[in-house]
Amino acid sequence: MTTHDFLQVGLYLVVLLLLVKPVGSYMALVFADTPNRVTRFGGGVERAIYRLCGIRADEAMGWKRYALAMLLFNVLGVLVVYLLQRVQPWLPLNPQHFAAVSPDSAMNTAISFASNTNWQGYAGESTMSYLTQMLGLAVQNFLSAATGIAVLVAVVRGFSRRSSLSIGNFWVDLTRSTLYVLLPLSLLMTLLLVSQGVVQNFKPYVDVPVVQTTSYTETVKDAAGNAVKDAAGHEVTRETPVTTQTLPMGPAASQIAIKMLGTNGGGFFNANSAHPYENPTPFSNFIEMLAILLIPGGLCYMFGMQVGDRRQGWAILATMLVIFIPLTIALVAAEQAGNPALHGLAVDQHASALQAGGNMEGKETRFGIAASGLFAAITTAASCGAVNAMHDSLTPLGGLVPMWLMQLGEVIFGGVGSGLYGMLAFAVVAVFIAGLMVGRTPEYLGKKIEAYEMKMASLAVLLPCALVVIGTAIAVMTPAGVAGVANPGAHGFSEILYAVSSASNNNGSAFGGLSANTPFWNVLLGICMFLARFPLTIAMLAMAGSLAAKRHVPESAGTLPTHTPLFITLLACVVVVVGALTFLPALALGPIAESLMSGH
Amino acid sequence: MTRLLRNAVMLLLLMTVITGVLYPLVATGLAQLIFPQQANGSLIVKDGKPIGSVLIGQSFTDPKYFWGRPSATTPQADNGANSGGSNLGPTNPALTDAVKQRIAALRAADPGNTAPVPVDLVTASGSGLDPEISPAAAQYQLARVAKARGLSTAQVQALVNEYTSGRQLGVFGEPRVNVLQLNLALDAPRLASSPLVGED
Repeated sequence: MTTHDFLQVGLYLVVLLLLVKPVGSYMALVFADTPNRVTRFGGGVERAIYRLCGIRADEAMGWKRYALAMLLFNVLGVLVVYLLQRVQPWLPLNPQHFAAVSPDSAMNTAISFASNTNWQGYAGESTMSYLTQMLGLAVQNFLSAATGIAVLVAVVRGFSRRSSLSIGNFWVDLTRSTLYVLLPLSLLMTLLLVSQGVVQNFKPYVDVPVVQTTSYTETVKDAAGNAVKDAAGHEVTRETPVTTQTLPMGPAASQIAIKMLGTNGGGFFNANSAHPYENPTPFSNFIEMLAILLIPGGLCYMFGMQVGDRRQGWAILATMLVIFIPLTIALVAAEQAGNPALHGLAVDQHASALQAGGNMEGKETRFGIAASGLFAAITTAASCGAVNAMHDSLTPLGGLVPMWLMQLGEVIFGGVGSGLYGMLAFAVVAVFIAGLMVGRTPEYLGKKIEAYEMKMASLAVLLPCALVVIGTAIAVMTPAGVAGVANPGAHGFSEILYAVSSASNNNGSAFGGLSANTPFWNVLLGICMFLARFPLTIAMLAMAGSLAAKRHVPESAGTLPTHTPLFITLLACVVVVVGALTFLPALALGPIAESLMSGH
Repeated sequence: MTRLLRNAVMLLLLMTVITGVLYPLVATGLAQLIFPQQANGSLIVKDGKPIGSVLIGQSFTDPKYFWGRPSATTPQADNGANSGGSNLGPTNPALTDAVKQRIAALRAADPGNTAPVPVDLVTASGSGLDPEISPAAAQYQLARVAKARGLSTAQVQALVNEYTSGRQLGVFGEPRVNVLQLNLALDAPRLASSPLVGED
């Protein structure tokens, strides 16, 4: 790694940590039980929304009602996005006249966006009308993120409330997440992005004449779409000149802002944040990276405030960083070292004042190695899944890092809300293990952890692991699963493992070579995304309901403090051990095998 | 249950209006007002017609032009309507073959240049539309372009310098050269007729 690589990573972490407290304190006001200056400011709009929807804002929901409201709202969202895609040719704002999306792809995309995954089997600029992008996909970007934050707030109430039957009101939490947190931040970020060159308009695509006319070779096809062959049996080809270039347009910036802030990750264009119209400059790239971890980081601070001990929030954040920083450095170092396969060729992969060097396949010049590697680590630590470099072309060890960050359960920052409640499930498991060691009933944040909480936490920890392992096994044993693979050997297996890991942890990034827009992959990954999101969320709400009803246990000499370096180490170990034990065999067959072979 | 369902339907409808209609409209309005050039694609306009975008790379194969990053878009390179990378894995023989072919093409266009090729000039970009190359990649091609155009290397160097950006704010990203702007400047009449360089 070069000095400049370290500088960019270090600068990012410093700016992020400076923003954690202001953002966290603000969100603590947004979700406070008592009225304050923030909720009074938007109170009029908020009350108007409740009145129009017949919502009783003061209704205290038990966990079951909270979960039911959450599920109803999200299933409705899935249905709407599905229908929009199926009928888009007959709706307005479709200047490119895109056809209806196939049923399996539409189902996959609908679940994908409602579950905050944003796995994309389709290419945005050649599939989705502006209307579908705006009313379907962009809306779910907001609402799936708001759902994640709402559930997290409810789970935190489980710890902070005492002998309470309620964990809050889902409609209120959802509305406040959207109105006070996501919308203002998105609007600000839209303008920052447009200032750098991200497009934001409703114009049709622009055709421009190219400076140099080039041509490409194309196989001639007959009316039935079959390749025409000459007398010798060779396919007939012809040279097609290229005289124009089509520049895609659209309301991209507003959608990219929320795709980052809501850890959604679904690109407006196929190349996602590698596309110059989605991420035109190194500064826009920095803003996008900050936006991914801004809310997950801030929520840690908010959590500390709401449980009445800020050190608890810092301890969780420290645990995330303890895992995040070494993995990020490993990723950037692997990419900076370059691709061994090109060592024998007349290619200069060394970093110098004139070039970034390293493994540049699938990367953009303006980002080079550091800003691409850091982005890859951030987007998979959080369950964002936006990419500014093609992960499929990362070096074997460089590609292992994002894959494993997802497999850790998306709790190293993770999705907005979902990352922190996932980490709290791990914290419950960690205090339980510590309790076993000393032979005392475990407590966390003044609440006794008993069999019911342990069952729910274990379910939340193990469900994504099971989905990854079982899903990968199904895919590699099925011809339709293997058919999607693009790269030979161990890397082909990595493509499958990455896809299932991504879907089963609601990340959404891909080793993009895999042809996943087939009925098999759309259905398999659709199921993984749905099961990883909603049953897990319900388990966490059940745990919160049980905890909220409990009395507060005063701290005693036997209580394990959960803000110390000892606990941070213990928690990090639990996360790493679960991730390593579950996935090391699979990783050995994919990236590790490829890495061992690539030196020869 | 019926009340919950009614709440859900109504709230989804309202939120769709707020986040799906109002938000993008307000965002577009503000963007068009404050940053019209950027919001509309950073187009390069000549005689009132758009002839390209500063941000979107075009394909160049002629020795008299600087070549940009290889592009893996289909069916043609730098296809703005179908962005994407090659997705070739690092150990895939197809990647090594593609790099070998690109080295051969660069050397065929510039016989005698045996310097190692900067890596960004032989590897496909992530978007397939990367508008820029590293300064190293520009230096590698400089003598070839100058020779093909009958210009001195100092003249071409001056233009390269003009279209080179350093790290943004001194820290972010990498130094880079905008290929389309550079090539348009090379084609500009002032260069072709009289070698007046470096005056602006």
